[in-house]
Amino acid sequence: MINATVTAGSPRSRPGYWAWGVIALALTLALPVLVVLGFLFAPAGEVWEHLAATVLQDYVVNSLWLMLGVAVGTLIGGVGTAWLTSMCRFPGRGLFEWALLLPMAMPAYIIAYTYTGLLDFAGPVQTLLRAWSGWGYGDYWFPEIRSLPGAVVMLSLVLYPYVYLLARAAFLGQSLCVLDVSRTLGNGPWRTFFTVALPLARPGIVAGLSQALMETLADYGTVQYFGIATFTTGIFRTWFGLGNTVAAAQLAALLLGFIFLLILLERLSRRQARYHQTSQRHQAIRRYPLRGWRGLVAFVFCLIPLALGFLLPAGQLAAWALEVASTSLDAAFWRLVGHSLGLAAAAALLALLLALILGYGQRLRPTPGVTLAVRVAGLGYAVPGTVIAVGVIIPFGWLDNQIDAWMRATFGLSTGLLLSGTLAALLFTYLVRFLAVSLQTVESGLGKIRPSMDESALSLGLRPGTVLWRVHLPILRGSLFTALLLVFVDVLKELPATLILRPFNFNTLAVRVYELAADERLADAAPAALAIVFAGLAPVILLSRSITRSRHAQPH
Amino acid sequence: MPCAPVRLIAAGLATLAALPLPALAAEVNIYSARSEELIKPLLDRFAQETGVKVNLVTGKEDALLQRLQSEGVNSPADLLITTDVGRLHRAKEAGVTQAVISPRLESAIPSAYRDPTGHWFGLTLRARPILYVEGKVKPEELSTYEDLANPKWKGRICIRSSDNVYNQSLVASLIAADGAEATETWAKGLVANLARPPKGGDRDQILAAAAGQCDLAIANTYYLAGMLTAPEANQREAAAKMKVFWPNQAGRGVHVNVSGAALTQGAKNKAEAVQLLEYLSGDQAQTWYAETNGEYPVRAGVPISATLAAWGEFKADGINLTRLGELNGEAVRLMDRAGWK
Repeated sequence: MINATVTAGSPRSRPGYWAWGVIALALTLALPVLVVLGFLFAPAGEVWEHLAATVLQDYVVNSLWLMLGVAVGTLIGGVGTAWLTSMCRFPGRGLFEWALLLPMAMPAYIIAYTYTGLLDFAGPVQTLLRAWSGWGYGDYWFPEIRSLPGAVVMLSLVLYPYVYLLARAAFLGQSLCVLDVSRTLGNGPWRTFFTVALPLARPGIVAGLSQALMETLADYGTVQYFGIATFTTGIFRTWFGLGNTVAAAQLAALLLGFIFLLILLERLSRRQARYHQTSQRHQAIRRYPLRGWRGLVAFVFCLIPLALGFLLPAGQLAAWALEVASTSLDAAFWRLVGHSLGLAAAAALLALLLALILGYGQRLRPTPGVTLAVRVAGLGYAVPGTVIAVGVIIPFGWLDNQIDAWMRATFGLSTGLLLSGTLAALLFTYLVRFLAVSLQTVESGLGKIRPSMDESALSLGLRPGTVLWRVHLPILRGSLFTALLLVFVDVLKELPATLILRPFNFNTLAVRVYELAADERLADAAPAALAIVFAGLAPVILLSRSITRSRHAQPH
Repeated sequence: MPCAPVRLIAAGLATLAALPLPALAAEVNIYSARSEELIKPLLDRFAQETGVKVNLVTGKEDALLQRLQSEGVNSPADLLITTDVGRLHRAKEAGVTQAVISPRLESAIPSAYRDPTGHWFGLTLRARPILYVEGKVKPEELSTYEDLANPKWKGRICIRSSDNVYNQSLVASLIAADGAEATETWAKGLVANLARPPKGGDRDQILAAAAGQCDLAIANTYYLAGMLTAPEANQREAAAKMKVFWPNQAGRGVHVNVSGAALTQGAKNKAEAVQLLEYLSGDQAQTWYAETNGEYPVRAGVPISATLAAWGEFKADGINLTRLGELNGEAVRLMDRAGWK
């Protein structure tokens, strides 16, 4: 006890095992990305001259425009709807509160396929238009869905919920006293929003935005289908078409440069100020009532992302699914559902566990080494799944073969491949890819807890692990749940890594959708696509409920 | 908390234990770039007839190839199945395949469609002719792939992105026939004739042509066959408007690619793998491909479906496909320079 009180005054001097554990864990998780980065030092030949002379500029420019567009789209859609549903009262608010998250269950490539089917030149909308008007090709202007702006819209529609989710949590978590002070000082709702609530919610918003942008950079399905040359399509083209693995990996490393920039921006925006709430006292929110046309505007503003991001595409998928339902809903289909759900649940739990260890370790000992390690561990989020998968295949294959060779030499016994081609390898890949999601959520949750709480708990003689368990976890419950569900939905939608790494005779819904959609058999792909969406719905709705409830459950 | 890694390992071991271990029953393991739909039914039949258990992973060919390379001699895979010749060639170059000597395969598969040293075997033919909208184009106006660069087609051609391997192989075949310089000029001419920037897949080009966006579409025939029996009415209607034109019939013939398979270097179930290869090149399997996916049988004398028969017979480019694999990288660069998106 005496010992504990002595060390309590300086928590920084707490035992280093958290720090070392965090660094070791982070390095393991960073391995695939490091393998890819390692290619930076390999000579790629003159292929770079070719790339620089022909396509590299397109990759950079298109990727930047895509990011900019998605940033604007998700910010307007995400923050606007978050503010309206949490702080204003208008018809349909209670419904929108949870329904606005639904587009999250929709994989970007599926929404892209669906809208193309609807809006393309040969689709029903334009065909009908031509039938009515008698126009032919070139007689009229119609927005081209398969274009850069089209991709921005598609990605924004499915990614704005990331911003919405974290912005809303931030708004709801704000101490009402602050908002009340703003009101008593005579600020109207708009002014309060821009001068008080928005700046206070910035860390949450920026975290959501950087998630959306990382997803944007890692997207392959949408941009490839729309024929837009970005970094991801460039990586695949260089790797597959030119057959140059080294140059492809170097392109991927360049992509990581973008990510570093994003992360840096996020850090910088957070560093300027501390965002701990000094008061844990919240009262029931008094929402601004919006009457008449204002209510209508709010209603329409919330309806647009919901309708375009979910109702319309899901309706189209359902229509397609009905056409083929009789032949495709067999036992094999339900096995796919089981595989997808099982993998997603396992990955979500593991990711949460690791995020807690890393996030808390960083809080305990925010040394540059630990901070860097945690950042590096989350890098995988922005790297296309295929690249990560290759980063897993190479070291795992090497390790397996080393063990096998050693066992053969020593005991004359072949162990074969222990890790490669197992579900464990696949789960590891999911962790590498999606750890950032749970990490961001856990970190932003931890960030809201005043360090003085840790200090008092530690000064009472609790060990760091106990502090995490007894002090932080109960407060963090909402964030933990969010982290769990976000990863669950992400893994459910994940395709490329699953495709490459899964064991024999093991398929998932996403694989099924891909195989049929790649053959442009949209109707046949629809039941599986719809199943992904529906499987993603339950967690999304739970998620939304939990945020609403976490507000009411705050200690008074 | 610290038991997380332990749990992960335990989960891994449990998974390992749950997986079928190579043991008593005869089996064969396959990495397939053909989608499950288009390979599993045949494998099931093979398993039924022979009692050999077939284990399958499907995926993209390059990724499967990478997996095979990293796993090395310990890889569980016995056969690698791909949907184009470029990857078969690349697998051979990477040293992950081995030669098969089988008189049955050699007599079934014409020499142009298999590796001269037996490292891979073509199993189906995939022709890439010119499709035209009936009524808008007269077949007499069409002649060769080379002619597609003719300014008379300005704004009338739909073709997908140069990211796609079928286009890469097509351009490789032009390089082999006409040389790189002439082909680059040709590619620039083709790009200038496109009705729209390349986007979507082969079916997309057919839909666009049928809807009036262009008059010609370059696509593999099995997409057209698939559309004729698709569940969506608009696909069936679009496909019905299109006719097939076989180009270069007076010269080298129409461009064909193959789907094929290779025996892996570390194959543990060699006999079963070869048995499966022979089965896939046999009459029953060859007919199944023609009927189910509209691909052409690789061996002569196999009956084809009514749909394929209606498009008529054609002369196929006789170039050994290995050459196309060798020229693939050059084709991609050429298309980059020509501005073919």
